[in-house]
Amino acid sequence: MTEQLDAGVAARQIKESDVLSGAGDGREVGRARRRKEDARLVTGRTQWTDNIQLPGLLHVAFLRSPMAHARITRVDTSVARTQPGVVAVFSGQDFAAEQGSLPCAWPVTEDIVLPDHPPMAVTEVRYVGEAVACVVATDRYKAADALDAIEVDYEPLDAVTDMTAALEEGSPKVHEAGNKAFTWKFAQGDIDAAFRDAAVRIDRTYVQQRLIPSAMEPRAVVAQTDGDSFTLHSSTQIPHILRVMLALTTGIPEHKLRVVAPDVGGGFGSKLQVTAEEVLCLLITRRLGKPVKWTESRSEGNLTVHHGRDQLQRISVAADADGRIRGVKVDLLAGMGAYLMLVTPGVPLLGAFMYSGIYKMDAYDFTCTGVFTTKMPTDAYRGAGRPEATFAIERIVDELAAELGMDPIELRRRNWIQHAEFPYTTVCGLTYDSGNYEAATDRALALFGYDKLRAEQADRRERDDPVQLGIGVSTYTEMCGLAPSRVLGSLSYGAGGWEHAGVRVLPTGKVEVVTGTSPHGQGHETAWSQIVADALGVPFEDVAVIHGDTSSSHKGMDTYGSRSLVVGGVAVVQACEKVKEKARQVAAHLMEASPDDIEFTRGEFRVRGTGTSRTIQEIALATFAAHDLPDGFEPRLDAEATFDPDNFSFPHGTHLCAVEVDTETGATKIRSYVAVDDVGSVVNPLIVEGQVHGGIAQGIAQALFEEAVHDADGNLLTTTMADYLLPSAADLPDYTTDRTETPATTNPLGVKGVGEAGTIASTPAVVNAIVDALRPHGVHDVPMPCTPERVWRVLDQARTTAQSTDGGL
Amino acid sequence: MIPASFDYVRPSSLDEALETLRDQGEDAKVLAGGQSLLPLLRLRLAYPGTLVDVGRVKELRGVADRGDHILIGAMTTHYDIVTSPIVREHCPLVALATATVADPAVRHRGTLGGSLAHADPAGDLPAVARALDMEFVVRSADGERVIPAADFFLDYLETALDPGEILTGIRVPKLGPGWGFHYEKFHRTAQAWAIVGVAAAVRRSNGTIEEARVALTNMGPTPVRATAVEEAVRGAELGAGGVLRAAASRADEDTHPPADLHARPDYRRHLARVLTHRALLAAAGTT
Ligand SMILES: Cc1cc2nc3c(=O)[nH]c(=O)nc-3n(C[C@H](O)[C@H](O)[C@H](O)COP(=O)(O)OP(=O)(O)OC[C@H]3O[C@@H](n4cnc5c(N)ncnc54)[C@H](O)[C@@H]3O)c2cc1C
Repeated sequence: MTEQLDAGVAARQIKESDVLSGAGDGREVGRARRRKEDARLVTGRTQWTDNIQLPGLLHVAFLRSPMAHARITRVDTSVARTQPGVVAVFSGQDFAAEQGSLPCAWPVTEDIVLPDHPPMAVTEVRYVGEAVACVVATDRYKAADALDAIEVDYEPLDAVTDMTAALEEGSPKVHEAGNKAFTWKFAQGDIDAAFRDAAVRIDRTYVQQRLIPSAMEPRAVVAQTDGDSFTLHSSTQIPHILRVMLALTTGIPEHKLRVVAPDVGGGFGSKLQVTAEEVLCLLITRRLGKPVKWTESRSEGNLTVHHGRDQLQRISVAADADGRIRGVKVDLLAGMGAYLMLVTPGVPLLGAFMYSGIYKMDAYDFTCTGVFTTKMPTDAYRGAGRPEATFAIERIVDELAAELGMDPIELRRRNWIQHAEFPYTTVCGLTYDSGNYEAATDRALALFGYDKLRAEQADRRERDDPVQLGIGVSTYTEMCGLAPSRVLGSLSYGAGGWEHAGVRVLPTGKVEVVTGTSPHGQGHETAWSQIVADALGVPFEDVAVIHGDTSSSHKGMDTYGSRSLVVGGVAVVQACEKVKEKARQVAAHLMEASPDDIEFTRGEFRVRGTGTSRTIQEIALATFAAHDLPDGFEPRLDAEATFDPDNFSFPHGTHLCAVEVDTETGATKIRSYVAVDDVGSVVNPLIVEGQVHGGIAQGIAQALFEEAVHDADGNLLTTTMADYLLPSAADLPDYTTDRTETPATTNPLGVKGVGEAGTIASTPAVVNAIVDALRPHGVHDVPMPCTPERVWRVLDQARTTAQSTDGGL
Repeated sequence: MIPASFDYVRPSSLDEALETLRDQGEDAKVLAGGQSLLPLLRLRLAYPGTLVDVGRVKELRGVADRGDHILIGAMTTHYDIVTSPIVREHCPLVALATATVADPAVRHRGTLGGSLAHADPAGDLPAVARALDMEFVVRSADGERVIPAADFFLDYLETALDPGEILTGIRVPKLGPGWGFHYEKFHRTAQAWAIVGVAAAVRRSNGTIEEARVALTNMGPTPVRATAVEEAVRGAELGAGGVLRAAASRADEDTHPPADLHARPDYRRHLARVLTHRALLAAAGTT
């Protein structure tokens, strides 16, 4: 993209020399280290759950409901039981007494409708794909074959597929209690006054289509028992939470249950779940006394991995004639699907505080209604609530700019929180600790060549070029680093948001870090090693990171919500501090000095002002030998720490996207994409870069490609990757990425989290660009995903309806 | 998904393969690159009793120059076709279209014969076969016959091949000098099938179009020749503004475009017109 760079401005490139020498000050933090876990991950020389082989392992296959809504009147498993290789066949009835209900840990209101959610349906099915029976056989193929021999009689009930219709009087009911799960409200300031006094008011409705998380590694479960205790391997993001929840659901005592997340190939929130299959594999193992495995197929996954997004957003903004935003009103319908899973109702709440974005305003009003439909439940998906909020505010700010005839950047500048105003408490009540929107935006504009592209746009408009150029802006922020436990408590979440770390110093001075985070592609082994290397002055290579197994990493809150570094990384730092303090005691003792006179630099304890010193490795060995330690000193340097943050962290940035829209075919081509992110201090630029790239790809995917489509009967039509389109590298542009670094003030590392930023930022940047390209044609919106056909239809309609205000697809 | 069980045989000669097919009857299926057949098995949309893997049958593979035509073995992979100097020289349209098929992994396994025998109207090569009037050499235990492309594609995933027959080779006539070619594919991701595709071959002489052949991908249950367009452009002067566009606007005549998640029929019709115009321009060398 060099041709778009203004003279003298070059995007940050990661160079080989960064990898080798980093910042040049000998510090590990800040170095673009290659990830130490990658060789085993990318070569597959590791224990993916599906790779696990056990003597006598049996295989489970699930029979899934072909109907979105039906009463089960009969399940006959007798023929299936006689099929070759079949060991057992179970229906929901067979587990009715012990399967319990899949947990929802986030009942957001007191009067929420919390329906019973049996892992295997017993009397009624409420979405296509719900498990109704299962076969346990000696191999995967025989298990799948025998499914055909199970007979199930269904009495069809009406499907409920549209959220608005679901709330109407007389709609068929998903549950006895009705289709409304809850209404959650939040208001600050005098919203009526804000709208009454405003010169302009804009109302829009945006649809967050349903998305299907598509982790590279499909879900897989292996359950085993020795007759007394149980071990469950699962491709999960949350071994620790899963253990607690499974213990509560199945009645297996927590101390008799070990949960292991071996290497996990991606999750994006979809493995932040307690799944029916995990519970059922455990129950089957308990029943049969034999180990079992289940691995989903991709089509099975599209049906039954929890879905994401699915919101209908009505948003209004009020502003003065000069563009100053007065207030924002949001009325949200949030699709729950058929049941409430682990954090289903909480997802829209994670967005509730983000609709004010980076802007100052007087008042804010938010209402969210959770709606049941006969579809797969929704739950967390990369960004969870925040992409939705960011999309709505960034889209409508562009609409406001268009309405006022202002440049969208200029309008944003007038409204955003100035750098000098931090820390700043927003209208939503969050305190943004730090940020520099000016710096990120200026940098992005320079890299993008904004003025030149605007000139080209004007020229194409002038010439009525069939290919129009559009420029999209997204100046996002998000709240992540989940989360202060007290805040979670105040929002009715069932657990805390702390994180735990243990640091063990081995006799030879090597270090083991036990983390409660559960990486599934993020590179914690590398980043944690860099942090520890700096904190204890040991070589990067001397650090090993242990994670994901409740028997070795006994305490944790796992990985989601861009929390691992911001919460878990800080716990590592704190544990290292404790180790250092202990080592200082030993060092002082051995060198016959006062601990206060001991300086620590780069792994060396030195008596101030003398040449006497001991390395941390020497201290480790001396502590192990324990021959000569201070009186009463416990012979270990090991330490643990649990960190509970006081506040969220607030990454921000400016993403600019230029698209070419072919008005004849409706096709959109991303011409250039600039992302300047401020994720605070950076531990490993290579990892940050990777997260930003992947995140942007996922956000572009929502804007242009992905959509779970159901027919009127509630059948999912996008069960294969030929129908559910994921972009590959060939479909995505080169990104120009850069960073500004405004350290977080709320944690000692100054870090803010980067796991979700790209996804949150990019979707509105792309859609804003498409709408910008088409605005002269009278287009104000294109529903997502902005497929060529949709763009073409929107254009067609706008051309025929002169004053169209809605895409209408 | 997991396929139902099937028998698998891998003959090493064509005769052996033909005998197996004759003995097994309708229950047997030829397995070429497996890029279309295996997904069908895995989704349990097909339940053949026996797969006859012809991957080891050497005589089915390769490209040969036969004077007035090129003979491409049915088992020649997409990759081998794209990189074949003979194909590039004498039937570049085949190379152009094949290069748009799926991704490198699929192109290294999938075959021309498999693509044609599968007869997916969304596949890129059936339309090319129609545009170039390819001939299909077919063998059974009883002998050989040759089927012209116009008679080969009967319906959606249905061809004139009888059970027991193997497509052994494809004859691509050499068109001679003066021709320009283009394959215009419209799809949502690089790996996806065409929503609509247009295969165009244009012979120019003295600034006019002497002859054109246009065939459409995914505009009906079989690939179709856009004969109305071909007639309308004959003799058209290049550079004479709207003539090509007017001709292209007839591209969707007599088509029956399908409705699916990626496009409804009216949009496909529109695309056929726009893309045909672009394909003609490109084939005529004016873009
Ligand atoms: C992800 C993906 C994307 C794709 N995208 C495209 C695309 O964009 N465009 C496109 O054109 N194609 C696409 N394809 C299909 C690809 O081109 C396949 O290679 C082709 O359709 C089938 O070729 P094959 O050799 O794999 O045949 P197979 O799958 O082995 O066989 C297909 C059918 O043809 C029969 N058959 C095969 N060979 C013979 C023979 N010699 N005689 C008689 N019958 C035979 C088989 O019995 C079977 O019914 C895609 C495939 C995949 C997996």
